[in-house]
Amino acid sequence: MVKKIIGQCYIWLILILMYLPILVLIAFSFTKATNVGVWTGFSFDLYGELFQNKEVMVALANTLIIAFSSAIIATILGTLGAIGAFYANKKFRKAFEFVNQIPVVNAEIVMALSLAIMFAALPSLLFKTDLRSYWTLLIGHVVLGAPFVFISVKPKLQQMDPSMYEAAIDLGAKPHQALWKVTLPEILPGVFSGFLLAITLSLDDFVISQFTTGPGLLSAGDPKIVTLSILVQDKIKKGPIPPVMRAMTTIIFLLVVIGVIGVSIYRNYQAKHMVSKKVRRV
Amino acid sequence: MANENCIISLQGVSKVYNGNTVVDDFNLDITKGEFVTFLGPSGCGKTTTLRMIAGFETPTSGKILLNGEDITVIPPHKRPINTVFQRYALFPHLDVYDNVAFGLKLKKIPYEKTDKKGNKVTKYRHYTPKEIDEKVLHALETVDLAELESRDISTLSGGQQQRVAIARAIVNEPEILLLDEPLGALDLKMRKDMQIELKEMHKKLGITFIYVTHDQEEALTMSDTIIVMKSGVIQQVGKPLDIYNEPVNAFVADFIGESNIYNATMAGKKKVRFLNHIFDCIDDFPLNEKVDVVIRPEDVILTKVKEDSKTDKVTGKIKTKVFKGVHYEYLVAVGKAEVEARDTKDRTIGDFVTIEVEPENIQIMNKELTSNIYREAWINNKNQVVIGEDPFDCDVTQLLKDSKIDEDGYLVSHDGKKYDLNDADVTAEIGLDKVELIDGFDNGDTNGVIVSIVYKGDHYQVMVRTDDEEDFIADTIYTYNEGDQVSVKVKKENIRLTLKGDISKYEKE
Amino acid sequence: MKKNKKGFVLFKRKYLCIPYGLFLVLFIIIPILIIAYYAFSDDTGALSLNALVGFFTSWSKVNVLFTSVFIALQTTLLCLLIGYPLAYFLADKKVNKNAVLITLFVAPMWINFVLRTGATRDLLTWMGINGGNAPYLATLIGMVQNYLPFVILPLYTTMLKLDKSQIEAAADLGANPFQVFYKSILPQSVPGIVSAFTMTFMPTMSSYVISDTLSEGKITLFGNYIYLDFANNLWHDGSFMAMIMLVIIGLTMFLTRNSGKEEREGGASW
Repeated sequence: MVKKIIGQCYIWLILILMYLPILVLIAFSFTKATNVGVWTGFSFDLYGELFQNKEVMVALANTLIIAFSSAIIATILGTLGAIGAFYANKKFRKAFEFVNQIPVVNAEIVMALSLAIMFAALPSLLFKTDLRSYWTLLIGHVVLGAPFVFISVKPKLQQMDPSMYEAAIDLGAKPHQALWKVTLPEILPGVFSGFLLAITLSLDDFVISQFTTGPGLLSAGDPKIVTLSILVQDKIKKGPIPPVMRAMTTIIFLLVVIGVIGVSIYRNYQAKHMVSKKVRRV
Repeated sequence: MANENCIISLQGVSKVYNGNTVVDDFNLDITKGEFVTFLGPSGCGKTTTLRMIAGFETPTSGKILLNGEDITVIPPHKRPINTVFQRYALFPHLDVYDNVAFGLKLKKIPYEKTDKKGNKVTKYRHYTPKEIDEKVLHALETVDLAELESRDISTLSGGQQQRVAIARAIVNEPEILLLDEPLGALDLKMRKDMQIELKEMHKKLGITFIYVTHDQEEALTMSDTIIVMKSGVIQQVGKPLDIYNEPVNAFVADFIGESNIYNATMAGKKKVRFLNHIFDCIDDFPLNEKVDVVIRPEDVILTKVKEDSKTDKVTGKIKTKVFKGVHYEYLVAVGKAEVEARDTKDRTIGDFVTIEVEPENIQIMNKELTSNIYREAWINNKNQVVIGEDPFDCDVTQLLKDSKIDEDGYLVSHDGKKYDLNDADVTAEIGLDKVELIDGFDNGDTNGVIVSIVYKGDHYQVMVRTDDEEDFIADTIYTYNEGDQVSVKVKKENIRLTLKGDISKYEKE
Repeated sequence: MKKNKKGFVLFKRKYLCIPYGLFLVLFIIIPILIIAYYAFSDDTGALSLNALVGFFTSWSKVNVLFTSVFIALQTTLLCLLIGYPLAYFLADKKVNKNAVLITLFVAPMWINFVLRTGATRDLLTWMGINGGNAPYLATLIGMVQNYLPFVILPLYTTMLKLDKSQIEAAADLGANPFQVFYKSILPQSVPGIVSAFTMTFMPTMSSYVISDTLSEGKITLFGNYIYLDFANNLWHDGSFMAMIMLVIIGLTMFLTRNSGKEEREGGASW
């Protein structure tokens, strides 16, 4: 009993400490002061300003576009890679998994630097200049996400009955039909959580973004894609977080809370569904 | 080869994996409409052969003909052959109906159409939903599952899943249905019922069934023809009764049904000596030839006698007795040997009996003396193989590919399953040249006395008999005398083990 | 490759990894080879040890390497100290029945990393801890704040797998709570600790945004140097330092190669 009280107190204490900066930011999103800690009266003005602020809105749009497009590409590449490697011979699979593991364990800055130097060393023949920043950023984020998709799909393949694919082929399915109709539905939960992970990593990322979109990379005059993290970093170097971003943090936080609630409802549903299935089987 | 009724023909088919020959020069014609069973212990190549017929594996050499056409490299989805998998491999995300309809929805059927110019052309179309409906319902009726069409796969019992798997295969109207140990996952009662049902289904559908199993009873019950396999080689092809009554070698005899197998020596014209007694038989082999003798337990005739009665028949003492419903199963000790017998009479343990066998019930088989074979061996709790009463170090990981021993002594497969091999019955095989003889007592794994020496030109073949009456035959270049006491030693890697039955029964929960 | 009669290559599932394989070669292997080349060459493209000599003769660079390792170790240790009991309580059914709580500890990742760091800085400034008066403390707080989830996840995964009967047996055999912890719980959770260590140590060592922001530029870490070299077009020096990072990472991976792999992957695929 004592343990329970101590334990719960500890958990909540750490949780509050972890969220404290964000919560403070949220609290001060309802006042117009430039600095956190100064209260100049309650107002919703910052929210109005936020949606008027073109700089922030563009960065937000860039972030979301990069996050979704890179996550989709990472999911396709990583899933196909996981399936292919799983059915290749052992030596090849081990080598493949090793290379896949490099970006996972490697320091982000090393990956970022190596990509940036390669992009910079290559003359701009690869991509049209006006889209170059977008492409390099996109590739950087796929490098970030795809290995994790690979890792989350792999266990689902291991759990799958190996005869299932053969059964589909045996029943007249062509290989691509068997993969689409049988293998994919079986590994879908892994694909989905890999996709989520890729999005999360992309939204959270700063280092890869800074290097793959950054100044050293592009010749002068090229447009440079600014994502949210690049914009925020640019601002906080000079001073406190701009007031409008406090409002933005509140909105993101609300979305995260909704997301967490959604995930927990989904998990509860899944757990109950499993139980009821088992009960019916008996 | 020109047999018109032959539906599938395997010609010189071999399969080699990483230097291991799994199927070796397999030649077989299967007649249309037959129920054929590949029978053998695990690892004998039966499943690989089936997979080559299905198209999942390509033979390393040889040809497979279907109705006279070469299908060796045709992919599985283009073969009119369907498979029922060992663990069913049903699609869990689809319900019963969609599982059964899976193949139909993919299939394209030819139809004739007259085009504008009046020419007849062949076009292809999918089945209509109505056609699919009819076929699926019909297939589900065939397997007695008509009312379960909208159920989720995970809500079905093992037996029902089995039926869905069969329905899913037969709905495509294949020319051949392949069944890979389909009853392995069912309980005994269910198995018996399904055996009968499968047989009836075979009659009703009239197509060829190729069935793979390690269960000899299943094979005998259902098949028209049985193919007994061992180490990738066909041992015997025949009707169940022929295989049971006239096994061609000791392996087949041992594998099919209960049997007493003895090392014997021909003792004259149509006379054979085993159990220290000369029996009349109907097969003729050269005098003094070493042979194997097989006697089925039901052919052993027991007669009660007094303990001290003088008789020239073989006498023994009843050691154990098990009631089997219609009959009793007795184990009779004759000297150090044992005779298994079936009898309807209720006898008492400890009774003395004479043992007689009708000459036609003594099946004599050529012995290939290439290695020492011990069929009564078993694994002890130290993962040693016990031959007679002596433990030998051995490598039990050979019983399962890619396995290893963990620190608790369990065998662990590559996918993490644990097996407890303690008390597992195995056949141990030791090459004649792998038995090392060492002078003196207690220098090896067991001790024995040399009972016979045969000079083989450049070496001697020495038979060593241990205290517990096991014989080790060794090729040696050294000279010994009869009566010499020696130690016998066998290196760990030179003992070849074969598990009796499937390894799955030793799986640890 | 097996071909059919028409000469088409027969499809095999393993061919599906070709696109991702090409991607890995193009954007992971080749870039690393390129920086390896840059690390050991000069502006003319000839092989050269200039970067190496430059690094080891520069007192400030070697010093920064040690500072970075030191701060990373401190951060990791603090994270482990805070995270270990937390993971234990989270995994203990008697204390916490709610699996959603663990999600809450990961959820900050959805709020951008730079934004979080900025928020921490603003809060600390408000509280009077700023780059001006306590750059080191501010940096450490920011690091721990940010990397705590990386410790919690692998530890939590291990704690869920603790053999409860072994712990009970230890208590039953007369071990006091301290002994139970020391003799049973701690040894069982070693894989989790190892993987938590690697998952925190590497990123902290190479991070530069947190120290930059929270110390207001007063503390320079290894990552700062790499970034600055890159930004100032000193590719050879930057690449060489990245190679040093790679070597340190490789060594850590090699030393911890067997323990904790499962946790790392489990943690990655929540």
